[in-house]
Amino acid sequence: MDETNILQHLHQASLGERFLIERVDIQGELKRRLLDLGFVPGAVIEVLKASPLGDPISYRVAGTVIALRQEESQLIWGKVMPS
Amino acid sequence: MRTYTIALAGNPNTGKSTLFNALTGLKQHTGNWSGKTVSLASGYYEYKNSRFRFIDLPGTYSLFSNSADEEVARDYIVFEKPDVTLLVLDSTALERSLNLALQVLEMTDRVIVCLNLMDEAKKKGIKVDAGKLAQKLGVPVIPISARNNEGLDTLSEQLLLMCTGSIRTTPYRMKYNERLEEEIAKLETELKLIVGDEYPARWLAIRLLDGDRKLIDTLKQKLAASDRGGMIYGAAKALGSTNR
Amino acid sequence: MEQLKRLEALTGSIPADQVDDVRESIVGELFKKSRELCAEAVTVTDRERLYRSERLDRIFTSKLWGFPIMLAMLGVIFYLTIAGANVPSSMLSSFFGWIEGYLTAAFEAVHAPDWLHGILILGLFRGTAWVISVMLPPMAIFFPVFALLENYGYLPRVAFNLDRLFKKSGAHGKQSLTMAMGFGCNAAAIMSTRIIESPRERMLAILTNNFVPCNGRWPTLILLASLFMAAGFSGGVQTLVTASVVMGMVLLGIVVTLTVSWTLSKTALKGVPSHYTLELPPYRKPKILNTILRATLDKTIYVLRRAVIVAAPAGVLTWILANIYIGDTSILLHFVQFLDPFAKALGLDGFILMAFIIGLPANEIVLPILLMGYLATGSLTEVENMFALKQIFVDQGWTWLTALNMMLFSLLHYPCGTTLFNIWKETKSFKWTFLSFAIPTAIAILVTFIVAQAARALGWV
Repeated sequence: MDETNILQHLHQASLGERFLIERVDIQGELKRRLLDLGFVPGAVIEVLKASPLGDPISYRVAGTVIALRQEESQLIWGKVMPS
Repeated sequence: MRTYTIALAGNPNTGKSTLFNALTGLKQHTGNWSGKTVSLASGYYEYKNSRFRFIDLPGTYSLFSNSADEEVARDYIVFEKPDVTLLVLDSTALERSLNLALQVLEMTDRVIVCLNLMDEAKKKGIKVDAGKLAQKLGVPVIPISARNNEGLDTLSEQLLLMCTGSIRTTPYRMKYNERLEEEIAKLETELKLIVGDEYPARWLAIRLLDGDRKLIDTLKQKLAASDRGGMIYGAAKALGSTNR
Repeated sequence: MEQLKRLEALTGSIPADQVDDVRESIVGELFKKSRELCAEAVTVTDRERLYRSERLDRIFTSKLWGFPIMLAMLGVIFYLTIAGANVPSSMLSSFFGWIEGYLTAAFEAVHAPDWLHGILILGLFRGTAWVISVMLPPMAIFFPVFALLENYGYLPRVAFNLDRLFKKSGAHGKQSLTMAMGFGCNAAAIMSTRIIESPRERMLAILTNNFVPCNGRWPTLILLASLFMAAGFSGGVQTLVTASVVMGMVLLGIVVTLTVSWTLSKTALKGVPSHYTLELPPYRKPKILNTILRATLDKTIYVLRRAVIVAAPAGVLTWILANIYIGDTSILLHFVQFLDPFAKALGLDGFILMAFIIGLPANEIVLPILLMGYLATGSLTEVENMFALKQIFVDQGWTWLTALNMMLFSLLHYPCGTTLFNIWKETKSFKWTFLSFAIPTAIAILVTFIVAQAARALGWV
């Protein structure tokens, strides 16, 4: 999987950055839930705000705001978009 | 007086329960987090000598039976066949709402879409072109604000027109990638022979490809029940036609 | 049957191993189309206004201000509740006293026997009236204010702020939402734990929900805090001190919740927190009048119903127990004397423990039962005057330690009967229902014991 070397995971993106999802590296129920919320390949999401204790982090996705813990955001791969 | 059944479907937090309360006057607390409506609430509403029976389906993000809520909502729309499925969309988060809407349009053509929270959208500087959406989706699209009782008359009128058969819809059907479409087409032909016009064959084909075991089980039960009970009109016709 | 066979053959022909991929492309295409439709039909005229919610989040979930704001909100709600409930409470109390006068006169006029008057007026009527006058006003203030916050969309932010703590203790982030429900009613909160999908974390939420003081325990906490902790102050400061003490109790409840969750996660309910997603819906200005009216009405009906269903029979039962004698002591007193040595070790007394035991069906009747027990006649006096009430306690040898430990016991002890029943219904397990009774009870006994012994050893009482 060379691809992984080029791609970053979502947790690496900084606050305020826009991120293009290419791969959701999760199986089963959580994957289905994330897909339903708009974390789909091809979607551009924006990193909004960290919780006061640093984790979780909120993201703007499909016109809504969803918070994910680090464990999940590390499994969503893609690229930070140039601003 | 004729009674028509209307199923309310939508994402959590789109004001679906608020609309339900506004129309039926039933008391029900609407909370600001998902998953609050667990069971099916129903209520009545009279309009121009007709009675609408509203069923408040659980608020869901999709209808893929990831959870019990989704299964309940999905089964109701497909198997109970309400006269109209009323889709409540959040005008302020249309992208995610439309994801659900497109799924419902695959299941039934008796759909009316209402764009709720129009007041919020206006406040946030979001303009939604309802006419354009109606044209693209092929079903009526009505802007409303349930909590301010705005647009409910137009909505009632459209509901009545659809119930009495005065509105014909041409719902937009999703096109998937080539590989998927090929497989869908194959399955759809087969399924059409099995269920006829009783259930949406294309949608069933997609669900089958998606490995939706629970749906298949429910479908089997329905088929077995109608087998015992006599016949499914459409299916009997379809089967008859293959024998020729 | 033909159809079934065909369907069977058809489903058998579909490979099951690529299901997630199929789903990914289906949902991917659905969202692509949704984006397309949005691009055509939606225009955003003002980006600034669109992201107002997110700017508010920068304050409400800020590193610096997130927690202080949360505490301040909680404090303000308590302050409003305590400050606002006093006057209506005593008005209701005098109102019921006034009615009682007429009822008693009516009983005398028809020469009703004393025992009938005792059961119906001194037991049933006073018990019910007490619960209504003490509970209704604070609940009718607390819940509308709480509902405003809820409808504004603040609660998910609380879950967002606190998530890390719950994760560390092995619990689900949505547990803070079910805890918020617990402020209203633990029994209802047990049902609301359905929003937590993972069975392990749901069980944690069920087992610890009781550490959030409910509807039925607020009045006890508020009353004891104002009579004993804030007695040395007057006016606004007194309310402030009361509110702070009650808030301290709530915070302690949260600490205990996290500790118990953590311990269970390491022992009986081993496991790592499951995945989850939390939506932060936009802030919405609530329909203020509508929300207040609805919440007030809902709560009023709820309190009145509980008063009639639980408080009334408990009042009757207590009166009977206090007025049937074995030898020269009433059944109630026999029971109290039996409990007394143990209760004393916990810094309580036999009457208090008896009230908690008879009060198992509902927390709101604990204080009325206690008062009935204290008064020789076995019935309640009118409590128009708070000093009179405190005098009753002091006459029974109460100190600040008694009050503190009764508050602690109330906060930490076993859930009420309705809650236990719901836990059984939801878990269908005798073992877990029993544990949800045993864990809090053991903690309540342990904490009150340690506090009592420490305070006595240090010579504070």
